[in-house]
Amino acid sequence: MEEFFFLQPEVVSALVKGFYVSVKLIVPSAIFGFIIGVVVGALMVYGNAFAMAIASGYVLIFRGFPLVVQLFIWYFGLPYIGIYLSPFVAAVLGFSLCSGAYQSEYVRGAFLSVKTGQTMAAQALGFSKIKMVLFITLPQAFRRALPGCGNEIIYLIKYSSLAYMITCIELTGEGKIIASDSFRYTETFMVIGAIYLLMTSVAAWLLHRLEYRLQLPGFEQYS
Amino acid sequence: MADKIPILRIENMTKWYGDKEVLKDASLSINKGELKVLIGPSGGGKSTFLQCINFLVKPDRGRLWLDGREIVRARKKEIYEYRQKVGMIFQDFNLFDHLTALHNVRIALVRVKGMSKGEARDRAILELDRVGLKSYMHQYPAELSGGQKQRVSIARALAMDPEIMLLDEPTSALDPELISEVLDVIRDVRSDGMTMIMSTHQIGFASEMADEFVFLENGSIVETGPPEKILYKAQYARTREFCSKITELYGNSF
Repeated sequence: MEEFFFLQPEVVSALVKGFYVSVKLIVPSAIFGFIIGVVVGALMVYGNAFAMAIASGYVLIFRGFPLVVQLFIWYFGLPYIGIYLSPFVAAVLGFSLCSGAYQSEYVRGAFLSVKTGQTMAAQALGFSKIKMVLFITLPQAFRRALPGCGNEIIYLIKYSSLAYMITCIELTGEGKIIASDSFRYTETFMVIGAIYLLMTSVAAWLLHRLEYRLQLPGFEQYS
Repeated sequence: MADKIPILRIENMTKWYGDKEVLKDASLSINKGELKVLIGPSGGGKSTFLQCINFLVKPDRGRLWLDGREIVRARKKEIYEYRQKVGMIFQDFNLFDHLTALHNVRIALVRVKGMSKGEARDRAILELDRVGLKSYMHQYPAELSGGQKQRVSIARALAMDPEIMLLDEPTSALDPELISEVLDVIRDVRSDGMTMIMSTHQIGFASEMADEFVFLENGSIVETGPPEKILYKAQYARTREFCSKITELYGNSF
């Protein structure tokens, strides 16, 4: 039964530890990324010329730089200007900013899909722009953006594996250590892959439940 | 009644889209309790004029006074306050799709007027009752007929206690069978003394209630006058031609 060596307690505990680190990276990054996405997406649609330029510049840079390069800059680059981030904080920062750039495009599309009559009616009732976005267009756009934003969260779960490149040892990092200690690359990474598959499946299920719960007459996603 | 101060006065309102002048020096003043009806061919500037009046479309030139006070467009807060006093009814209703009938009426009371939720709810129910839709208050727009949607939108505007209402072809998007339920509500609101500017092709209904017809074509106010004068003794040939066609189509009450 030598093939099952990696079910030995220390291997299992390393994987469990890595799994927790991954979850701790993914959950805040998904939340911050989504918040950034909503704010930037709203600015790109409703902001003045200055806010639009800032938002577009942000998306251009953070979607354009490879994520690994962004992580290297946050972790290895910032110390040159006297800012030291822990590997964990640098990873969450990098993931949130990158995810936010992608999310903002989904959110922007959703805001643009809200009919102009909705904003006209809100303005005619005396809504200020910010109240109009908060209470009229965002609740509608949010429902339309969910499928796209969910896709980005699934993607984030997988690119969180890049955190080990800046020494934040999460699931993939633990796997790499186990694999190089044992030379059991195939088995180890099959297990790691299966754990990611499990995480993305759970996320997809949760996102579907959320879509279902937010479903309203006129906003059906399922027939 | 020459000594009356007009509740709303508009002077020389002009709007360009590119190099097309869609509204040319439109001036109009309306006294409290009056109903003025904008008539004219589609694309003649009726909608643009109404949308310029509450600045949903920014006029390129023109001045506007409500209750004798000029509204300065540059001051955003002033515009938000002004719009609360000017109810707007759209051709395609524009109910908020994510909210029930009740919340459609309530939301601006809470978020714009700052009313408490309970108080706003009571007011919203009262207004929905007034348009005969109290039993539909928990329905979403997607579950209502066109006529019901338009009645909810009238309730939504009335809940704000507007001083004047602008109605932009309120029945044009409706099935013929649903038109009368909306017209009945408008008639009720009118008999309560609401000041209104309405654009419509329902010439029979309009001539029965309007104080004045305003004929707009190619962005210009061609002619104004009491309904019977515009319909039968109009000064300009173009007005006569339009009116004879439209009375033939929609009937009249004289």
